[in-house]
Amino acid sequence: MSHESPASRKDLLDIASLEREEIEFLLETAKPFKDLVSRSVKMVPTLRGRTVLNLFYEPSTRTRSSFEIAAKRLSADVINFTVSTSSVTKGESVLDTIETLQAMRADYLVVRHQMAGIPSFVAKHTGASVLNAGDGYHAHPTQALLDAYTLREIYPDLTGKRVVICGDILHSRVARSTSTILEKLGAEVGLLGPGSLVPRHCAKRFKVFRTWDEVFAWEPDVVYLLRVQFERQKAQFFPGVSEYHREFGVTDERLETIQERGLYVMHPGPINRGVELTDDVTRYERCLINQQVENGIPTRMAAMYWLKPETADRR
Amino acid sequence: MSVSEERRQILSSEEMDEALRNLAGQIADRYPLESIVFVGIVTRGATVAERVRGVLNRIKPEIQTGTLDISLYRDDLERFNKVPSLETSDIPFAVDGARIILFDEVLFTGRTVRAALNGLLDYGRPAKIDLAVLVDRGGRELPVQPDFVGYKLDAKPTDYVQVRLREVDDEEGVFISDKRPVK
Repeated sequence: MSHESPASRKDLLDIASLEREEIEFLLETAKPFKDLVSRSVKMVPTLRGRTVLNLFYEPSTRTRSSFEIAAKRLSADVINFTVSTSSVTKGESVLDTIETLQAMRADYLVVRHQMAGIPSFVAKHTGASVLNAGDGYHAHPTQALLDAYTLREIYPDLTGKRVVICGDILHSRVARSTSTILEKLGAEVGLLGPGSLVPRHCAKRFKVFRTWDEVFAWEPDVVYLLRVQFERQKAQFFPGVSEYHREFGVTDERLETIQERGLYVMHPGPINRGVELTDDVTRYERCLINQQVENGIPTRMAAMYWLKPETADRR
Repeated sequence: MSVSEERRQILSSEEMDEALRNLAGQIADRYPLESIVFVGIVTRGATVAERVRGVLNRIKPEIQTGTLDISLYRDDLERFNKVPSLETSDIPFAVDGARIILFDEVLFTGRTVRAALNGLLDYGRPAKIDLAVLVDRGGRELPVQPDFVGYKLDAKPTDYVQVRLREVDDEEGVFISDKRPVK
């Protein structure tokens, strides 16, 4: 039976400002989009004649191509605008770029930037719908949606499910957005990471663990490993890669416990083998990394379907 | 449910049953032996398809039914403040080479049928598609005509014609109103 859908927003900038019913709507809407892959034509004409512009100030392969596939399956035209090939390297400011892009009449802007707040800034200066594809340490809402969707495929109700997010919490927009969506959907979130990489204020909202023994004692259902973001760490936050793996990574021994208990393992990718996890983890049947990548497409389609640009040629 | 006072009932529950049997009879006459499948447009078209299948069950027990949500194929999505919530289309048979009867509860402008044809053809290449509607109210804006009609009616373009089915609604019958009914 048809349920009432929430009014469309112009932009998707973070998870924190979404109502629960909006999140539920996006997750429900992703389902029929996922079914499209079983048809002979995997596209729908919903965004025919619309233009989606991928504006990436930071390197990304999977997020950018996931947005690109999502937009193409909705029949939109896609233009990729990346920092290395554009005039941004010539010193053009973000606002100048936006004005140029305005003239190109894009309806949707997918923005990734190393600085928090840039997508919101862009959103204020354009009628196009802005989808935040990751801004600094702030937010990565479509990652959170695909994570929640992936978990919902296993647990239709996340109430009371325990998810431990492990790694570099401080530098992680994924940790921020994914913990927020899980919380909104009723899950309990715990954090594990080196003391230097878990902000103090987190302890007010989440359980904070110092060791895997503490984590296992908490009896989580899901282990969510974050990528160690070497490129973001200007100072040294932990002594070395092998020490990180020993203390906070999923070692073969910890994998044994995870397998015995049948816990699910997630990771936003790309993985650092031998740091957050070992090769054996990627072969574990409850490792959901590939499902996460796959679910990125229908959840991003759902987001584009729901957002409503205020571009001039629209009624 | 709140309704405008101008709402009139055109077909009672019994008369609607009659229209459904009429529709089923036409389909059985046209395809006495051929294998056919049903696809109903979500929501009430799917219910009509199920009902007709029920009527034909004794003489053609093998008919399979699927459902099709046409929201993604609409030509008026931009007019919505709220995008329609999507239902999963469920077509549990191969569309390639199938003889399909497409069902909707009311045929008006023909735009829904246009959308459904586009959607259905993305599943494959059927041998044939026929259109069956419970009520044809006239007022076409596209060159679309039904092959099977349960009940024909000449409504004004400004009228609202509603088919209500107990599987979906809390009442049964066909209604007409000159005001937009509250769903």
